[in-house]
Amino acid sequence: MEEIYAKFVSQKISKTRWRPVPPGSLQTTETFATGSWDNEENYVSLWSIGDFGNLDSDGGFEGDHQLLCDIRHHGDVMDLQFFDQERIVAASSTGCVTVFLHHPNNQTLSVSQQWTAAHHHTGPGSPSCSSAPCTGIVCSNPEIVTVGEDGRINLFRADHKEAIRTIDNADSSTLHAVTFLRTPEILTVNSIGQLKIWDFRQQGNEPSQILSLTGDRVPLHCVDRHPSQQHVVATGGQDGMLSIWDVRQGTMPVSLLKAHEAEMWEVHFHPSNPDHLFTCSEDGSLWHWDASTDVPEKSSLFYQGGRNSTFLSHSISNQANVHQSLISSWLITDPTKDRIEITSLLPNRTLSVNSLDVLGPCLVCGTDAEAIYVTRQLFS
Amino acid sequence: MEELDSEPTVTLIPGVNSRKKQMCFDWGPGEMLVCETSFNKKEKSDMVPGCPFIHIIRKNEDVYSQILRKLFNESHGIFVGLQRIEEELTGKSRKTQLVRVSKNYRSVIRACLEEMHQLAIAGKDPAIGRQFSIQVSSLSAMELIWNLCEILFIEVAPAGPLLLHLLDWVQLHVCEVDSLSADVLGSENPSKHERFWNLVTVLVLQGRLDEARQMLSKEADSSPTSAGMCRILGDLMRTMPVLSPGNTQTLTELELKWQHWHEECERHLQDGTFASSPHLESLCKVMLGEEAALLEQKGLLSTWYHFLVTRLLYSHPTVKPTDLHFYAQSSLDLFLGGESSPEPLDNILMAAFEFDIHQVIKECSIALSNWWFVAHLTDLLDHCKLLQSHNLYFGSNMREFLLLEYASGLFAHHSLWQLGVDYFDYCPELGRVSLELHIERIPLSTEQKALKVLRVCEQRQMTEQVRSICKILAMKAVRNNRLGSALSWSIRAKDAAFATLVSDRFLRDYCERGCFSDLDLIDNLGPAMMLSDRLTFLGKYREFHRLYGEKRFVDAASLLLSLMTSQIAPRSFWMTLLTDALPLLEQKQVIFSAEQTYELMRCLEDLTSERPVRGEPDAQQLQALCF
Repeated sequence: MEEIYAKFVSQKISKTRWRPVPPGSLQTTETFATGSWDNEENYVSLWSIGDFGNLDSDGGFEGDHQLLCDIRHHGDVMDLQFFDQERIVAASSTGCVTVFLHHPNNQTLSVSQQWTAAHHHTGPGSPSCSSAPCTGIVCSNPEIVTVGEDGRINLFRADHKEAIRTIDNADSSTLHAVTFLRTPEILTVNSIGQLKIWDFRQQGNEPSQILSLTGDRVPLHCVDRHPSQQHVVATGGQDGMLSIWDVRQGTMPVSLLKAHEAEMWEVHFHPSNPDHLFTCSEDGSLWHWDASTDVPEKSSLFYQGGRNSTFLSHSISNQANVHQSLISSWLITDPTKDRIEITSLLPNRTLSVNSLDVLGPCLVCGTDAEAIYVTRQLFS
Repeated sequence: MEELDSEPTVTLIPGVNSRKKQMCFDWGPGEMLVCETSFNKKEKSDMVPGCPFIHIIRKNEDVYSQILRKLFNESHGIFVGLQRIEEELTGKSRKTQLVRVSKNYRSVIRACLEEMHQLAIAGKDPAIGRQFSIQVSSLSAMELIWNLCEILFIEVAPAGPLLLHLLDWVQLHVCEVDSLSADVLGSENPSKHERFWNLVTVLVLQGRLDEARQMLSKEADSSPTSAGMCRILGDLMRTMPVLSPGNTQTLTELELKWQHWHEECERHLQDGTFASSPHLESLCKVMLGEEAALLEQKGLLSTWYHFLVTRLLYSHPTVKPTDLHFYAQSSLDLFLGGESSPEPLDNILMAAFEFDIHQVIKECSIALSNWWFVAHLTDLLDHCKLLQSHNLYFGSNMREFLLLEYASGLFAHHSLWQLGVDYFDYCPELGRVSLELHIERIPLSTEQKALKVLRVCEQRQMTEQVRSICKILAMKAVRNNRLGSALSWSIRAKDAAFATLVSDRFLRDYCERGCFSDLDLIDNLGPAMMLSDRLTFLGKYREFHRLYGEKRFVDAASLLLSLMTSQIAPRSFWMTLLTDALPLLEQKQVIFSAEQTYELMRCLEDLTSERPVRGEPDAQQLQALCF
C-alpha cells in the first residue's frame, strides 16, 4: 500500500471527516475535521495535510497533519458532518446540535448556530431537563437530520431556529445512525437491530418500512448508502457483522459478512469508487473491502455510476433484471465466491478505531489511543 | 518508607479560612475530597460565612499534561507489543529485540522532550515556561537514566564495547558541543575565535578525536609556529587505539597497543614537545588521563559522569563492567570536591553503576513525580530476567506492584482508563481483581462509552460486572421510558429478571391505556422472546391481538387458550385474557371447540376459586355464556 502517517494528538478521537471538495474541482481534499470525546474539555478541530506537491525525499515530515484551528465543544462529540465547505455540524452527548463556521482568512472556528435541546428524555421518571445524547447526524444542504438516544428524529434547516419537523418516540430504543436514501426519505438503525425508513412527505409518526435481521436482535451501529445506487445500504452491528441490504426487496439483508471481533463503529462506501468499502471497529482494526471484479476493459479505477456496463459473475447470470445499467457487486448473493478482497490497513493493532472517512485517494481515521492516521495513497 | 525525605508541602485550599474553620477529608482512588465543616477552632461559634464547595485535590498532575499524554499513549503501544512478543523472544535475537524495545521507549521520551522544549521557549507566559522547563529537565533526566540502564542491564556490554556505549551516552546528553561547534566554525577565522580552544578541548574530552584533529589542522594553517606541534598532536590523536565495532582484535591486543601509545604520549610530554603552547600541553595531559588536567576542565565537563567517562577513556579504556563503580565513586568524589553533596540524579546513576537495580528503581520512585518511568523500566528489566529473585512482603513482586500503581493512576484520569485496562491484564496476581473494582466505577455518560466498557468486561469474562453495568443502564432506560433500550440491555446481559420487569411494564401500560406502546419492539422480538417467560408471554399476547385483527379467530382462540394453560401468563393477567375471550365466545360461529371451552371454564374456576368473596361480574357473564 501506501504510506500511512500516525500522529498522537492528546485527545481520544471520536469522529474524523474530510472536508468535501467543491464540485467540479480536480483537487484532492486537504483538510479534515475531528471531534474528541471523554475529555473534560472536548474540541472540534480542523487539520490540514499540507501541500500536496511538496513531498520531499525523506517524506517524513511532509506527511504529518497539522492543526489549523479548534474550538471547545460541550460534551462528547458524538457525530460530525460537513454541511458545506465552511460549516461543520456537531452532535453532542448533551443533546445539543451545533453548527460551526470556519473562517479561512484568520483560521478560526466559531459557533454559527445551535439547537440546545434537540434531544432530551421525557419520561415520567426523568427530571424535566434530562438531556439525551444525540448520536447521529446527516446533512443534505439545507437540511440536517439528527437522531438520538431518546429515540427522536429531528429535521432542522440551517438558519431556522426551531426544528422543521420532529418525530417523538420514533423508536423505543436508541437510534444509532441515520442516512439519506433519497432526499425526502431517511433510514435509521437502532439498538434492537432494525432498519427503519421514514418518509418526510408523510405526516404520520410511523416508519414507512421496517427491515430487520432474523435471529438475534443485534444492535446496529452504523449505516451507509451506496453512492450511486440508492437502494443498497450497508450496516455494521455490535457483533462486528457487516450486512448489505437491498431496501426494495424484502425485509432481510442480502448478505451477511462476518467481519470484526467487536462493535463496528463506521462503515463507508468509497464515494467515487463504490466497489470499495471501509469498516472500522472496536477491535482496533480498519478493513478495506474490495469487491471490484476483474473485468478486462476496466482500466481506470474511477468510473461513474451511470455507465452502461455490467459486472457479471456466474452467480447472477440468472438474475431477472439484466437491463439494469449497473449491477452492484455488493448484491451478489454468494459472497463466498472469493471475490471480495479484504485488507487491514493499520500497521499494528491498537485501541478502538472509532471513526474513518474516505475521499478520493485519501483516508483518515481516529482511535482511542489518541492517534490520527492519514494516508493519501489508498489505491496505489 | 522509613525516612521522610523532605518537609511535606502545604497546600492552601482556596475559599476556606483555615484559621477559623476545620476541614474534613476523604481519600479516593487517586484524589482527595476536602470540604469545610461547621466546627470552629475557637470555642464560641463565630458566624463566619462558610465555603460551600467541596474541593477535589489531585496529586498526580502529570496525567493531565497534554504532551505527557502522548508519552502515555505511545508507550502503552510499546508495552503491549512487548508483552505480546514475549513468547517469541528466544535465544540470541532476544537481546537485540529487547534493546530495540528500549530504544523505542527512549525515542518516545525524546520526542516528548523536543516538543516540550519547543513549548518552553516559545511560550509567552514565563510561569508556564518555567513549568515546562522543569518538566523538560525531568524528562531529560529520565532519558539519561534509561539510556544508562540500557547500556548496563539490557545491552550488557562487555569490557571494550562498554566504553564505546558510554561515550555515545555522554555525547548524546551533552549537547552544547554542536552549538559551540557551529558557532566557532561559522566564524570567519575559526582558530582565532575566543572559544576555539574550548571547542577543541571539549571534542577531546568527548573522544571525538577526528574532529579535534581537523580543528588542529586549521590552527596549524593559521599559525605556522605551532604547525609542527599540531601535527604531532594530531598524529597522536590519529593513532590512539580504539575498539571499533566489528574489529576482531582481542581485548589484550587492544590493551597492549594502548599501553604503547600511552607511553608515546608520555614521552612527548616529558620531552617538552608541547612546552611552548599551553593549550596543546594541557590537551596532551588530558589524553594521558591525568586527573588534575581533567579536573581543570570541570567547566567544560559540566557533570561528574562526563568526567568519569573521559577519565576511563584515557586511562582505562578496557574497563570491566564490574569495576565501573570504583571509578564512578571516585569520579563523583573528585568532581564534587567536597563542595556540594550529590543530588538525587547522581545517586541514581551511582546505583546504576553499582548494578544495584533495586536501588535505582527505589530512588527513581522517590525522585520522580509519577509511576510511568519506574513501571515501564521495571517491566522491561523483568523481561530481561533481572528481577526474578526479589519478592516484596505483601505478595506481589515489584514489577506487578509498580504496574498496578501506574494503572490505578491512569484510572483516576477521566480519559486514560482505557490504557490502564491493558496494564492490569498483564499483572497476573492482582490485575484482574483491580480491574474488576476499577471498571465498575467509570462514569457512563453515553451509551457508546458504556458499550466500550462492556466490551472490555466481556472480553475478560467478567460476567458480574457486565450484569451490574447492564442493570444500571437498563434501569436508567426504564426511567426515561426507553423500553426498547431497556430490553436491549437485558438481552445483552442475559438478565431474565430484568426482561421480566420490562415486560411487566409493557403489560401495565397496556392495561392502563388499552393499547400497546412501542409496537415496533414487541412485534419484532425474535428469539429474544425466549429470554424470560414474561417476555414470551408479551410477544405471544401481541400475536394474539394481531391474529384477532386479521380476523383469524380460530388461531387467535387457540393461542389465547394456550397462553393460559401453559402457565406462562401471569395470574394477574388472567382476567384480562378471559375478558379477551369474551368477544370470541360471542361470535355467531363457533370458535372454541368443546374441549377448549372446558379448558376456559377450568381456568375461570381456578381464578375465581382463589378469590371467593369478590364476585366478578365478568366471570358470571362468562359462565352464563358457556352454558
